[in-house]
Amino acid sequence: MSAPFAVGIDLGTTHSALAFSPLLAAAEHAVTVLEIEQLVSAGTVDKKPLLPSFLYFAHESEPRLALPWDETRSFAVGEFARSRGAEAPQRVISSSKSWLSYGGVDRRAGILPLNAAPDIERISPVEAAFRVLDHLNEAFRAAHQGEHDLSGQEVVLTVPASFDAGARDLTVEAALAAGFEQVTLLEEPQAALYAWIEQHGEAWRSHLRAGDRVLVVDIGGGTTDFSLIDAVEQNGALELQRVAVGDHILLGGDNMDLALAHVVGQELAAAGKELDRFQLGALAHACRAGKERLFSDASLEQVAVVLPSRGSQLLGGSIRGELRREQVERYLLDGFFPRVAASELPKQRPRAGLTQVGLPYASDPAITKHLAAFLARHAFGPATSTLDTRPPTAILFNGGVLKAAGLRARLLETLNGWLSERAAPDVRVLPGEDLDLAVARGAAYYGLVRHGRGLRIRGGTARAYYVGIESPAPALPGLEPPVEALCVAPFGMEEGSHAALPADELFVVVGEPVTFRFFGSSTRRSDTVGTRLERFRPDELEELPAIELTLPPAGRSAGEVVAVQLQASVTAIGTLKLEAIAKAPVVPDERWQIELNVRHGATSGA
Amino acid sequence: MGPRFGCLASSALWIDYPIVDCAAMMVRSVSLLERLWLSWVCWFRVLFDARFAARVAELRSGSPAPELPSAPHPTAEATTGAASPAALIERARANGALQLLTLFQREGRLLDFLEQDIVSFADAEIGAAARLVHEGCRRALHAHARVAPVRHEAEGSALTLEQANGDVKLVGNVSGSAPYRGVLRHRGWRIEGLRLPQVVGSVDHRLVAPAELEL
Repeated sequence: MSAPFAVGIDLGTTHSALAFSPLLAAAEHAVTVLEIEQLVSAGTVDKKPLLPSFLYFAHESEPRLALPWDETRSFAVGEFARSRGAEAPQRVISSSKSWLSYGGVDRRAGILPLNAAPDIERISPVEAAFRVLDHLNEAFRAAHQGEHDLSGQEVVLTVPASFDAGARDLTVEAALAAGFEQVTLLEEPQAALYAWIEQHGEAWRSHLRAGDRVLVVDIGGGTTDFSLIDAVEQNGALELQRVAVGDHILLGGDNMDLALAHVVGQELAAAGKELDRFQLGALAHACRAGKERLFSDASLEQVAVVLPSRGSQLLGGSIRGELRREQVERYLLDGFFPRVAASELPKQRPRAGLTQVGLPYASDPAITKHLAAFLARHAFGPATSTLDTRPPTAILFNGGVLKAAGLRARLLETLNGWLSERAAPDVRVLPGEDLDLAVARGAAYYGLVRHGRGLRIRGGTARAYYVGIESPAPALPGLEPPVEALCVAPFGMEEGSHAALPADELFVVVGEPVTFRFFGSSTRRSDTVGTRLERFRPDELEELPAIELTLPPAGRSAGEVVAVQLQASVTAIGTLKLEAIAKAPVVPDERWQIELNVRHGATSGA
Repeated sequence: MGPRFGCLASSALWIDYPIVDCAAMMVRSVSLLERLWLSWVCWFRVLFDARFAARVAELRSGSPAPELPSAPHPTAEATTGAASPAALIERARANGALQLLTLFQREGRLLDFLEQDIVSFADAEIGAAARLVHEGCRRALHAHARVAPVRHEAEGSALTLEQANGDVKLVGNVSGSAPYRGVLRHRGWRIEGLRLPQVVGSVDHRLVAPAELEL
C-alpha cells in the first residue's frame, strides 16, 4: 500500500519541526505544519509548531515526565527539556546534531551529556537524534488518533548541505531506529527553496529565469549553511540545479544572543551588579527579545532588559539593564556581519595542543567572512572549463536569525558591494516566509515532488569523495609516507547512480579489517572517478573519519588475499554507499560493504 | 495565509467553550443509584490500586481542600492514554483557573508581584517590575487565550444601540427604551477562545510555583 502522507522533518540543531501533506488527494496539495505535543512544564503538555531539540533526563527527586501516551517516562524532549535544562545543565543534551556531524568523536558511543551528572547513563549522538525523531513520531501518531505513524509515511529528513557522507549515514541510522521505513534525505537550503516554490505556486517561474543563480543563506540557532542553486534551461523547461555547498560552520543565533548577554552583563557588573549563571541565561533570552524589538522598530534607541530576581521578592531583587541600538549594531552587525572586502577570509585560530573534547566551533564569528570564503571558491574565483564561477543573481534567506530585518539588510548590503566591484548587478531577494518552518514545509513539498508533482532540484552528492592510498616509498624517520587521494565518488552523483573505479585494484586480507583514510572535497567539482591526486592542498580536501572494510571469512579461507575493486553508489535514500567487489568472485556478485562510520573511535579527526 | 499553508493550531486546537459556572461544577450532586455503582467500583479499585487507595484516603481525611481536585478526575485517570476529548476538557476546566495562575506566575511572576508589599518602592522600580510582569503575562495570555474587544468603535465616539443586549452595559442616565444613544466609554473584552495546556500525570494544581533549592 502506498503511504498516505508525504512528511517533511527539519531535524534542527536547536529546534525541530514537522510538516505533512496528503499524497493521495488528487488535485490540491495542502502542506500542514504539525503542532507538536510536548511537555512544556512539569505536568503540562501543550502543542507547539517547534520542538526544541533538547533532551532532559529526570532526577530521582522529580515525578515522572509523563506524556499523554506514556505515563512512566523518565526523560523529556522539547520545551520543558530546554527550560529545565537551564536549571540543571548536567542533565540536558543540547546541540546533539552538531555532535552527529563531528567526526572527532565516536558518534555511536555514549558521550552525551558531555558533563553528565553521575546518575545519568550517557547516550550517543545517534541515539539523541533517534529520541527527537521518536518524539516526533509519537506526536504525529497522537495527532492522527493512532491511525497513522511515521513508519508508514514517505519521510523526507533534512540535513545541512555541509553534512558529509558519514553524518548523513548516521542520520538515516537514527531514522531507521525510529521505525521510519521510507526515508529520504534532503539538504536544508534546497528544502528552503522548495518551500519558496510551494509558497508561490506556478508564479515562481516569473521570479526566476534561466541563468539565475540563487544564493541560499541559512542561519539557524547553531549552524550557518550556504548553497548555490542554478536555474538552467533544459529541453525548453526551467530546471534547478544545486551547484555548490559550503563548509559546516558551527555558528548561529545562539552565539549572537550570548554575545549581547555578555555585553550587557559586563555593563551591569561595572555598575556593581554581579550576575550568576542563571541570570546570565535569562539575560541571553532577554537580549534575544530586545534585539528583535530593536530590529523591528527603527524608532527605538534602547530597550529595557529586566532580569527577575531569583527569590519571590520581585521588587528590590530584580536587575534592570538596557540594550542600546548602538550596542546591537557594534556587537551584532559589526561583530557577526562586518562590512568586509570579498577577499577577506575567516581567521583560523590555531587550536591549543590540549583541548577538551568539544565541538569544533567556528573560530571567526564573522559570517560575512565565511560567506566571502564560500563565494571566493564557487562564485568569484577563476572559471575553468568544468567549474562555472558566476556571481549569484538572487538570494533566499532562511533560519530564525534572519527574521531580523537589520541583519538581512547588512548581509545584502555587503554582498551587493562585492557584486558591484565585479560590475555585477545587485541580487534580487526572493521573499521567503516563516523562516523557522520553511525547511520542514519544503521537505514535505519535496515528498510530493518525488511523486511527480512539481519541479525537482537536481544536485546529487555535495562533495567528491576520495580514499587515501599510501604510496610505496622508503621509510624515512620523521616523515609520514606520502598519501595519494583516489577519487571514488565524484561531485554531483545523483540518487541511484553508480561509479566504479576503472582499473585500480586493492588487496584485502580475509578476516582482517582494513582501514582507509577518507577525504571529501566541496571544491574539486571536476574530478571524475579514478582521478588520482598525488598532492593536494589541505584546504582542498578535508579529511573525514576513516573508513573500514572487513571481508568475512565465509566462502574463503582466513588469511587469503583478495583483489577487490571499489564501487561508489548513491542510494535512493540519498546516502553514499561504498562497496568492494571481488575481482574473482567465488559466489555470484560477491561484494562487501565498506563501513563509513567505524564503530571504534580510532579516528583522530583533528 | 491561504488554506494551503494553514497551521493545525489555528482551527483545530482552540477549544471554544463558554466560560463555565465553576460553583455548579464543583459540587455535582450524585444520585443514589450512581452512588451505589460508584461504591461497588471503588471497593475493587481501593483493594487493587494502591495509588487510587492513597488518594481516597486523602480525600476521606480531608487534608487537601476537597473542592480543588489535586489530581486528575479518577474516571479520566482510569482511561488515560485514550482519554476521550470530553474527559480532557472536563479536566482542563476543573483546574483551569489554577493553571492560568500558574502560567501567569511562570511567565510573568504575577503572584510574586501581587504578593509583595510595594508601598515602600519607588515608581521607577515598580515600573521595571511592571514591564517584566506585563511582558510575561501578556505572552502567556496571548498564547492561551484569544482576546477581542466587544465593540470595535473608538472609545469616546457616539454609538447607537438598536437593542439592549448583555454585551453592552448601560451607564449614566439609564432610562427610556431602545434605540439607546450614547458615548462608548469602554470597548469591553471578550475571551473568544481559551486553550490551556493539557495536564498529564498526577499534578497538584494548587502548587502554582514550587519552592527552589539550589544544590
